Amino acid sequence: MNIQIKNGRLIDPRNKIDAQQDVFIAERRIAAIGKAPQGFVAEQVIDASGLIVMPGLMDVAARLREPGYEYKATLESEMTAAVAGGVTSLSCPPDTDPPLDEPGLVEMLKYRARSLNQARVFPLGALTYGLKGTELTEMIELTEAGCKAFSQADAPLTDTRVLLRAMQYAATFGYRVWLRPQDSFLAKNGVAHDGEVATRLGLPPIPVAAETIALATALQLARETGVKLHICRISSAAAVELIRSAKREGLAVTCDVSMNHVHLTEMDIGFFDANCHLVPPLRSLRDRDALRAGLKDGTIDAICSNHSPVDEDAKQLPFAEAEDGATGLELLLPLVLKWAGQERMPLLDALAQVTINPALLLGQKIGHLAIGAHADICVYDPNSVWKVEPAALRSQGKNTPFNGYEMQGRVRYTLLDGQIVFQQ
Amino acid sequence: MNNPQLDKHGALQHLLSTEGLPVPILRDILDRTASFVNVAAGSEIKKVPLLHGKSVFNLFFESSTRTRTTFEIAAKRLSADVVNLNIGSSSTSKGETLLDTVDNLCAMHADMFVVRHSSSGAAHLIAQHVAPEVHVINAGDGRHAHPTQALLDMFTIRHYKKEFHNLRVAIVGDILHSRVARSQIHALTTLGVPEVRVIAPKTLLPSHVEKLGVQVYHDMLPGLRDVDVVMMLRLQNERMQGALLPSAQEYFKYYGLTQERLALAKEDAIVMHPGPMNRGVEIDSSVADGPHSVILPQVTFGIAVRMAVMSMLAGNT
Repeated sequence: MNIQIKNGRLIDPRNKIDAQQDVFIAERRIAAIGKAPQGFVAEQVIDASGLIVMPGLMDVAARLREPGYEYKATLESEMTAAVAGGVTSLSCPPDTDPPLDEPGLVEMLKYRARSLNQARVFPLGALTYGLKGTELTEMIELTEAGCKAFSQADAPLTDTRVLLRAMQYAATFGYRVWLRPQDSFLAKNGVAHDGEVATRLGLPPIPVAAETIALATALQLARETGVKLHICRISSAAAVELIRSAKREGLAVTCDVSMNHVHLTEMDIGFFDANCHLVPPLRSLRDRDALRAGLKDGTIDAICSNHSPVDEDAKQLPFAEAEDGATGLELLLPLVLKWAGQERMPLLDALAQVTINPALLLGQKIGHLAIGAHADICVYDPNSVWKVEPAALRSQGKNTPFNGYEMQGRVRYTLLDGQIVFQQ
Repeated sequence: MNNPQLDKHGALQHLLSTEGLPVPILRDILDRTASFVNVAAGSEIKKVPLLHGKSVFNLFFESSTRTRTTFEIAAKRLSADVVNLNIGSSSTSKGETLLDTVDNLCAMHADMFVVRHSSSGAAHLIAQHVAPEVHVINAGDGRHAHPTQALLDMFTIRHYKKEFHNLRVAIVGDILHSRVARSQIHALTTLGVPEVRVIAPKTLLPSHVEKLGVQVYHDMLPGLRDVDVVMMLRLQNERMQGALLPSAQEYFKYYGLTQERLALAKEDAIVMHPGPMNRGVEIDSSVADGPHSVILPQVTFGIAVRMAVMSMLAGNT
């Protein structure tokens, strides 16, 4: 179907466009920007007056909970949440049950996702069998089945020799390894940043050193093996500094941060708010500021939602016993906009963190609107102010530390492959 | 952020922590305690009818003898109906969640819950969940708080020292895992004690403990010098070996309270301990049973302070 999106302000970070331009879609792809191609007849016109037209968002960390945890969320519910949030592509960590360590599981997930025809799903394969940290998975087979990189999710990989071998093997075939750095001994039983708040509330702490020690190990092994390393969800100022100097040295390392850590600190735990029980833990204000500085200077490559829907009962427990995680797909765009506003950052730069940057991390030709690209588009109203109400979220996970927050910016249309998959 | 312990008029709705308790409420609890000391001692009237017709549920998810018993005695002396539940051995082992248990007891018309739980924040969770006419008293949650213990300690200090504003207090031992220490620190600083010290090896101190308003010492000798009050903490058996401490013997050698060390404190210093004591580990018997010790009066005051808190909460319905 031919679609014309007219009168909108087009923002395409990769192509450095921020201007009022019409977008013309034909045969599921971008046919033209600005002027209609010859003979173009729009079958549908979207009036985007006062709205912003941007590439669909790419979220590098969204747990869909399938297979295995359907009581927390299903592919149906979370894909609906994704497109309602303008997210047209997402990668999911392999910590499902069973974990994504066999090609059959990956194929099934891809097939289920495709049949729903909402967002594109790029699964991450398990780096080790069962995420147990002992035996390597069949990375070639998994790649053929559709895995885009290999990860341990939040599961520990304590044996550094296995980590070295995994990186060597992945480097042999040019596969990227994604790691969330955390020393499992230092983090054992911990639920909150080792700081003033954890001390006051008597919550078992996770020191910053748990992150930096694991990160330093991963960086050193990346140096040895030449593997392309992606560091997930960094949380501390010290980790930002380690990555900054690794990049300066020329190491092939990238990293992301969750939107929660861009906005929140340990103080938000307040009186044991289990919605703030997150992995990694919310750290100090100084850490949050350093993460923001890292985003500004390019040390951090992408912002993700770290969408981790949790069922209600699992949060109705004392802080340490409550399951970690928060819903996020529907809040990613407004929280990126909020951050951009607070930092007085041009939208062209800010939106790169959720479009072209994450697309490059996965090596995908998405996240931009050049002629010929997939017509994955998000159209949002930058002036719409709304309040986060859990019951109104489409995700099956209703828990969010941003409950009751005022947001600005609301998705009006989401297009996937040239088809409107969401509108409100 | 609203103080979850106070109702909209600023009166005490729940007792969850000594942190954030306004000074007038703290002083009110101590004054009421004084009036209950005689009732508690059983010398005059055994019972008062302040909680007549009320149901108090002792909800202990973690075992305790002393605290539960003192709460039970306190409630009975106030004429309440008391139900003791050792949840560790019943509902949760059958898979019932904490809040389901609470809902069931609320359906039995509970007026007050006395809660002990191994997780920090458990009492806050229950307090947020129950109807406004139900009161929650935290009898110890994880490493977070044990407010009635701290209040009885404050009463003991006031009983022997009269004032708070001229005192130097040292808290000795496992601060890291201690809910008692945290509650004591908040109560002492709120009541205006100008100098609160903590004395422990680095393995038994939480990070940023100085942010709670205390001075940190690793050595008993300077730490105990010229203090008015020594508050000892219990060292749990499971901490005595492994990566926190090499042995109980070595701990006693360096951090045990002996008569020689106590001699560094002021001549009229008092020695306190929340119990149960490990004689020869954190405290020498000669000190525990010596003239400076107020450990047994603490227990007596413990009943009165709990009567004071319960009657105050019941009066704020």
